[in-house]
Amino acid sequence: MNFILDHYNYWITIILMMAGFYIVISANNLVKKIVGLNVFQVSVFLLYITMGKVSGGTAPIVVDGATQYSNPLPHVLILTAIVVGVATTAVGLALIVRIKGAYGTVEENEFKDQDDAI
Amino acid sequence: MAELINLVLLAMLALTALRIIFLKDLFAVIMLFGIFSFLSALIFINLDAVDVAFTEASVGAGISTVLMLGTLALTGRKEKANSHSSFLPLVVVCITGAALIYGTLDMPDFGDPDNPVHQHVAPRYIEESPKEVGLPNMVTSVLASYRGFDTLGEVVVVFAALIAVLSLLSIRKETEQDASESGLKSHHVLHVVAKLVIPLIILFALYVQFHGDFGPGGGFQAGVIAAAALILYALVFGLPNAFAVIGAKFLYCMASAGVLLYASVGLFSMYKGGNFLDYNKIAAEPLAGQHYGIIIIELGVGITVFAVMLSIFYAFSSQTARSNIK
Repeated sequence: MNFILDHYNYWITIILMMAGFYIVISANNLVKKIVGLNVFQVSVFLLYITMGKVSGGTAPIVVDGATQYSNPLPHVLILTAIVVGVATTAVGLALIVRIKGAYGTVEENEFKDQDDAI
Repeated sequence: MAELINLVLLAMLALTALRIIFLKDLFAVIMLFGIFSFLSALIFINLDAVDVAFTEASVGAGISTVLMLGTLALTGRKEKANSHSSFLPLVVVCITGAALIYGTLDMPDFGDPDNPVHQHVAPRYIEESPKEVGLPNMVTSVLASYRGFDTLGEVVVVFAALIAVLSLLSIRKETEQDASESGLKSHHVLHVVAKLVIPLIILFALYVQFHGDFGPGGGFQAGVIAAAALILYALVFGLPNAFAVIGAKFLYCMASAGVLLYASVGLFSMYKGGNFLDYNKIAAEPLAGQHYGIIIIELGVGITVFAVMLSIFYAFSSQTARSNIK
């Protein structure tokens, strides 16, 4: 039982990562691929935050009476990664809007066919 | 109790992710993604990462979802049937997943204080940062002071993303005649509620900005929350009205001013005889210097993030407005 509890967070992380990976490689629709990339990204965030947690610790803000704090370093890395993540997602979505304008579709197989026809 | 909450929330997160795979209605996919982000924010709170949870709730569930819906308005909401078989991707994913799960067996136990991550650098941040930087929130100390150079890089990346989006999608001002068409004119309840809520959101953003040194929060979160207030205004009252409040040109100036403000703090500390972004030299007392430095660079971060998020929203929604008129 203890073995399961000790690794549960890592396993969920990997399930999320694989769900995101599956969406990215199997979906035809580009918007769905972006959602898949974001799911993948959240799984990486979760892995870092899981590693930063200390049992019996509290959030890394100094309070009287607290002796054990969780590790602040992964929090800093992930906080900035989230904001950079949304900025890059916006670039991806802007590319999709332009692809829709140029090809009239956002389904991967359809605009590939158009490319082949040319 | 915390462990139990952790177990349940993580299971819900995995179920949401698995549901996203099979849904064909993209509107539902994006709504589920918003739920997914909120659930992950809750898990981050449970794992003591309050600052991260704050950011994920405002960025992941807020801005990302709005941008994805904006794209969906242009590309259509139904995903077409998949032509090629899903057998090969499934095999690849299963093999990779099995290998990674095998890898986790060697991972250190969850939450053990003796884990390798907690041995190096972190003890120094936890023990010394309240004395060296003088702030109770260690995440802000590390973000703005110890790793200030890194954070400057992140702000520049956000700024670069704005340039990339603007080079792909242009923001166009609409004529007066179109102004009456956009916005949600007939929804009086939304109008009244939005008018009540928007000032409170902006007030909260300012609180998060300036209280970030002492509690969870900071420039990244405050910028996003303030942008959310104006996005709400643009959605309810129409894009032309939002342009009248803050124009696109002014936003570009703000976005670059934030980055320059951040970098100029670094140059000022060099002028005072320290290293780049060495706040100790800014004022006569090292601790006072740290305080000034962190407040100013957090302000720079907040301004840039606010301007970038709002202009990206403008870029997407002016595309939508144009296609509606066509």
